[in-house]
Parts: sequence; C-alpha cells; structure tokens
Amino acid sequence: MKTIYFDNNATTKVAEEVLKEMKPLFCELYGNPSSMHTFGGQVGRKIRRAREQVAALLGCDPAEVIFTSGGTESDNAAIKGTLAALPDKRKVITSRVEHPAVLQLCQGLENHGYTVAEIPVDKHGRLDLNELERQIDDDTALVTIMYANNETGVIFPVEKIAEMTAGKAVVFHTDAVQAVGKIPLNLSKSHIDLLSISGHKLHAPKGVGVLYVRKGTRLAPYMLGGHQEGGRRAGTENVPGIVGLGKACELAAKNIKEENQKVKYLRDKLETAILQNCPDCRLNGDKDNRLPNTSNISFEYIEGEAILLMLDKFGICASSGSACTSGSLEPSHVLRAMGVPFTAAHGSIRFSLSRYNTEEEVDYTIDKMPEIVNKLRELSPFVPK
Amino acid sequence: MWDYTDKVKDHFFNPRNVGEIDKPDGVGEVGSLACGDALKLTFKLDQKGRIADAKFKTFGCASAIATSSVLTELIKGMTVDEAAKVTNKDIADYLGGLPEQKMHCSVMGREALEAAIENYRSGGQKKHELEGKVVCTCFGVTENEIKRVIRENDLTTVEQVTNYCKAGGGCGGCQGEIEKILEEIQGDKAGQVYETPPRWAGRLTNVQKIQLIQQTINEQIRPALRAHGGNIELIDVEGDKVIVAFRGMCAQCMLTEFTMKDVVEAKLREFVSESLYVEEETDSSKQPHKHRG
Repeated sequence: MKTIYFDNNATTKVAEEVLKEMKPLFCELYGNPSSMHTFGGQVGRKIRRAREQVAALLGCDPAEVIFTSGGTESDNAAIKGTLAALPDKRKVITSRVEHPAVLQLCQGLENHGYTVAEIPVDKHGRLDLNELERQIDDDTALVTIMYANNETGVIFPVEKIAEMTAGKAVVFHTDAVQAVGKIPLNLSKSHIDLLSISGHKLHAPKGVGVLYVRKGTRLAPYMLGGHQEGGRRAGTENVPGIVGLGKACELAAKNIKEENQKVKYLRDKLETAILQNCPDCRLNGDKDNRLPNTSNISFEYIEGEAILLMLDKFGICASSGSACTSGSLEPSHVLRAMGVPFTAAHGSIRFSLSRYNTEEEVDYTIDKMPEIVNKLRELSPFVPK
Repeated sequence: MWDYTDKVKDHFFNPRNVGEIDKPDGVGEVGSLACGDALKLTFKLDQKGRIADAKFKTFGCASAIATSSVLTELIKGMTVDEAAKVTNKDIADYLGGLPEQKMHCSVMGREALEAAIENYRSGGQKKHELEGKVVCTCFGVTENEIKRVIRENDLTTVEQVTNYCKAGGGCGGCQGEIEKILEEIQGDKAGQVYETPPRWAGRLTNVQKIQLIQQTINEQIRPALRAHGGNIELIDVEGDKVIVAFRGMCAQCMLTEFTMKDVVEAKLREFVSESLYVEEETDSSKQPHKHRG
C-alpha cells in the first residue's frame, strides 16, 4: 500500500538532494573540523558553506547562525541563555499555545523565582497583542512567541511583537520551527533577536537545528565544554546533519514561492472538499492567516484516534489533538486555549502537507474521508437523529 | 502508535452489533462527550431470561469501540445474573489485552453493562447515577468505583488507577486521596509513587518557613493547578496566615474554594506546619500580571 504522508508538521522526508550531500560525510570525509590536518579542515569548509546557505534563507549574516541539535535545544539555549545573561530581570512572557519545548520550560522557570505571563489567544487562535504589550514591563527579560503554531498553522505577527520589544530593551525570541521554509524571512530587516529552527521540519534530517542570534544580543552559552560555534555552542559538530540542513535551506530558498503555491492549492482543495462533504465539521484556526500547508479540522460526535486509525488503514498519515492519541486524558492545550469545545477538540485532525504531496493523494483522501466519518458516526451515540 | 492486538483491530474495523435495540429490556449509558468516551448499551432478553440480543453505540477511540463490540458478543446468551459477574478484566482478556493506558475502556464497558442490568432490574426506571462520594471531580469518579477497579485488577499505584478509571488524570488534585484508598485496600503493597519530603523537624525560623511554603507551592501545588491551565502565586506570609493569589484558569474557576482548602491548605499543612491556614488575596484581580482569558 502506498503511504500518503500528511503529517509534515511532525516531521518531513529528507530530500534526496540533501541525502546526496550528506553521504560522503560518513565514511569518506569523516574528519573533525577542529583538527589541524587538511583531512579535517576540508570538513570545516563544508560547515562554512552550510552556514552561508542557512544565512541566505534567513536573510542574515552567517556569523549569526549557531548550529544546534534541533528545535528543542535551540529553544532551551535561547531562553536559558537570555535569562542567564540578564540576571536582574525576572519576568518572561510567552503564549498559551507554544510548543512544549517553550511552554514547559517557561512553566519550570516559575519554580526559580520567575514570573511567567502566558498571553491568551482568541477563538481563531490569534494572539491578544494588547495584553502582550501591557505585560511588557521593566522587569521583563524575554518575550518568546512562536512564529507559527504547529497544530493550527496560525501565524503570529512576530515582526510587530519584535518592534514592541525593541523599543523596550527586551529580548525577543521566536520558535520558528514551523515557519522557516514556508514563510519568506529577511532577518536583516527585522527586530527579532533569537530564532529557532529545526532541520527535520524542512526536509533535512533529525538531530540538527539552528539558533539565529542577532548581532549584539547578549546570550550566555547553554552547552559548555568546547570552542565550537565560536564558543557559543560546545560539542563536536554534527557534520552530516549541518551539511544536510544547509542544502535543505538552499532548496527551500530556491523553491519557496512556487512550492507554497502548489502546497496551498492542495491544502485548500483538501480542506474545502472535506468541509463540504462531511457535515458537522469545523476548521480550527484563523483561516486567512495560516501556514499554507496546515489544516486542522474538527469532526463532531467522533473521536480523533479512531479517525486516525481508519485513515491509517488507507495508508493516510495525519495527527490529532485528541486526548487518546497522546496517552494523556486531556485534549490539545492549543485547542483548549482557543476555547474549542472539548467535544470538537477530541475529534480534531491535523493534515500538514509538503512539496512531495500530489493532487492524486489529495483526491484519494477527499474520496475516503466521508466514508470514514460516516462509519464512525454510525457508531456514535451522540449524532442527532 | 498504540500497540493493539489483532482482535482489538478486528473489532474496531468490523464492529459487531452496532445500534440501539427497539424497546430494550435494559439500557446503560455511561461517559460523556467531554470525557472523550461514552457508551450506550441496550439488550433484550428471550423467554428463558437469557440475553438474546445486545447492541452498542460508542463515542471514543479504537479501543473504546472494540471493547464495546466485544462486550455485546460476550454477554449474548448469558443470563442477567451471569452477565452481572462480567468484570473489566474479562472484557480485556477477551480482546487479548489492552495497552495499560487504555484499560479504562474495559472499565467503561463493564460500567455500561452494570448500568443496563440495574436499569433492567428496576423495570426500566433507574438510570445510571454516581453513587457515593465523588473523588475525582474532573472525570466524575466515585470512591466506590476506584475501590472496585483496585480490587478487581489488583492495582497498587495511582498511575494504574488513572489508567483504569481515569481518576486522577485531570488536575491531579485527588491523587493524594487515591493513594489513601490504595493503602486502605492494598496495605503495604500500595506503591509509593510520590516522594514525600520529610516533615520539618523542630521550630522553623520565619525565613525557613517562607522558603518551605514557596517550595511546597512549587513542587506540590502548582503542577496540579497547571494541569488545568491554572496557577498560583505566593503573595505574603503573616504568622500562620498564607496569602496566595490564583492565576489563569484558577482565577475564574468555580472550584477555587475547594482547591483552596483541599489542595493548597492541605498540602501546606502536610509539608510545612499543621497550624497554617490560607487566604486568597482579595484584590488579586487588580494585579498587573493577571492573564484572564
């Protein structure tokens, strides 16, 4: 059976071109870039090139790019590093819908004497900017707000927030794991201080990421024990990962416009058809201000895990904000923060597409979805007669 | 991904006995949309008093659906007395086992069966009601129900109790009480899941007391409130009076008073000093870092 992969916000396929770049770095060019010999030195050049490729996608200086082990490390390094560099300030502002890599970290800070303000969102998942501005005070060290939400795809006005903080000498970090490669960036014209990237969300391998650190941003290093990355991130470089990420960024920069058009067309086709063909379902998140690849739909009266298993039987991969899929008993914190009723949150499905999806796959899914929904609704005691 | 047995998958993809029986002899309805799973079971008896037909309607995950389907197969042909003896374990075993975190589905099956039998025995009058003291307010689980799953499945930890009947899986505020029930039934077998720091010996200085109060809030109280989107802040300590403010969801919660006494005060008394009492800061709504939503 063919796999139809609509779970690209979870992880993506490594691009063939990326893999090709990485291959020689395992058994042939395996040297340590820190070594004094030519054999290692040539690897250093590859990293330099990857840094330039990343910088080109972000519109920044290569010196502002620090390679890490992934999005979670970048988030940790940004938040902990900022607070360590600004020991007199004790307040952090974030949102209620952050990825756990940020949210749980911030919540843990409360136990260390920090005040954490979580900015709410409205029913469309849009951030309350007035509240955010009101929260920024002299004691605030850091504002950390995601660029785009992983569950709904809703894009936050991070440039606007960055301007707010810049005027107040507050560091601004954004977890842009879902945005990079899908939204064009030009950080040289932005007030964003810190930005996290994860390789495996844009067709590079897992285990590599980037923290962008704007020149002049005070940041205490998070990993100690070596001079790598200019002393800002110790540890021998994940050379194949870094080179792969560089290539992935080059591909993204080259194709972003054309790809987004294609992906958005497919996403819209899938979404419109599902909403039309299946009664009693609703779209979660701000329809007009979303990533082009993400669609989060709630199906009333039925439960997400059951839908996923039915989809899985047809080879279709998606994900759900239902409680049952996580092993916890409560549904997605993002949907709850948006005030989506529990009933709809339990029956939510996220489709997230990529450049590798085809119209044929979308049509196949459009064809199967009503069948799945109807079958489960036949079982449900809640469907009104 | 869950590791379901082939039998679970079979009953999920090809559920047996879906629907509602017209004019049934017994009806059992348990669960709710908000809880994430719900089951309506109906059965009809033949002239000899055996279950001739049983049908179900279920809202829930794959294991909830499979459990319901299997339940209807299991009880067909049984007398009501025989069916009354079916345990959640029988249902799970029939499916070749369920993942630990999904055991509550089998308990839901047994509860629906019980409710249906109760309904039958009362001549169709009685509907399923919660009996006894409610321990877990998040999922509406009673003390009787918790005791029953502990006994029938020989459970020894709070986590297991949560897996089997959901109790303790929401805000976590009742985990202490579940632990006590476990100890009462299982005695020494009850596993200590939550580490209890030693009670402070001797007299505390004011600084020590305040530190200990803050530590207790951080480690014992906040995580429970956090699970519900709430939060708490220590405002001040005056002698034995601890002044706190509720934040986030807690600030607008109807159960604040309950949380105050049963969670905050109880924990502070347990970990700091028996003489403490807690008050909510009166003008906390005027605090600058309030985030109502």
